[in-house]
Amino acid sequence: MPDRHPLFKPLIFVGGLIFGFGLAFSHMARPEVVLNFLQFEDLGLPFVMFGAAIVSGIGFALLPRIRDAAPLTGDPYDRRLKSFDRNVLVGGAVFGVGWGVSGICPGAAYASLGIGNVTILWALAGMFVGAYAQGYWRSRADARESAPTSAD
Amino acid sequence: MTLESVPLQGVEALFPNGISRYAVGGLLVGLGTVVIYAATGISAGASTFLESTLSYVSDQSRFQQYVASRDWRLVFTAGIVLGAAAFAATVQSGVVTTSLYQPGSTGELYEVAGVTLWSTDVQPWRLFGGGILVGIGTRLGKGCTSGHGVCGVGSASKTSIVGVVTFLTVAIGTATVVAALGVTP
Repeated sequence: MPDRHPLFKPLIFVGGLIFGFGLAFSHMARPEVVLNFLQFEDLGLPFVMFGAAIVSGIGFALLPRIRDAAPLTGDPYDRRLKSFDRNVLVGGAVFGVGWGVSGICPGAAYASLGIGNVTILWALAGMFVGAYAQGYWRSRADARESAPTSAD
Repeated sequence: MTLESVPLQGVEALFPNGISRYAVGGLLVGLGTVVIYAATGISAGASTFLESTLSYVSDQSRFQQYVASRDWRLVFTAGIVLGAAAFAATVQSGVVTTSLYQPGSTGELYEVAGVTLWSTDVQPWRLFGGGILVGIGTRLGKGCTSGHGVCGVGSASKTSIVGVVTFLTVAIGTATVVAALGVTP
């Protein structure tokens, strides 16, 4: 791994602090609040995601015009767009069922731990189990695809 | 609650906790994302941490592809946990007060060493079972609420917008069915 700027990790940490404080302030770190939104009992929650998307959208649009590259990495301000395929729909639907059952998503789960919600460790354990299961299965599928088809 | 006039009562019913805590929280989430992007050029999502951290303990290729980013993703997640803890020690504990914050009445508050902490009433089986599906779905679907919802929508990515519409629609349907089955909380 290339040597990184000494401020690289501290800056990531500061960004995480602000991010986590915001998730806690918004109550998105509370599963009850997410479930109340999903049942149309409190429609405030979209202000979190879309408020954040507007701020990040302004940053993503302006920064490439101000500087050529990020100061701590030298990397250009790219838009790292994800390719579309069936997995986006299947994965999105599976995530949707999980979010609707539990009321918690990954970032909010980390923040939930920070506000004292020890019970959320159940959700974090589940997320690691799920991430491991799909990674294990897909790694094996990838290996099968790239293996020489000697049997034929 | 700041909305008072009669025609706005319908709006009040839709927003029983107002919108300021949601909007302020969202602005901060966006600010954290922009701080990282401005300094490093990285659009940080939260769910990749699950797989990058598994690369410490598993040799599977799906996890090993994240070896280069696993250190800073751990730092990012530690920041999220401690940022939320800072909120608990200040606003949640009443040390800092602001009219923009609506405390609400969900879950249980408890105190440890003078800090007001919060715990959910949602049942562990929902958290664990739902968490498994969140772990599978966010990684298969290439992103979660932050990767697709904040970074992706913020960069007007069509893939991310489709991802958000998919998980949001399915989540609304699922939560409605679970509630209709009488599961509470």
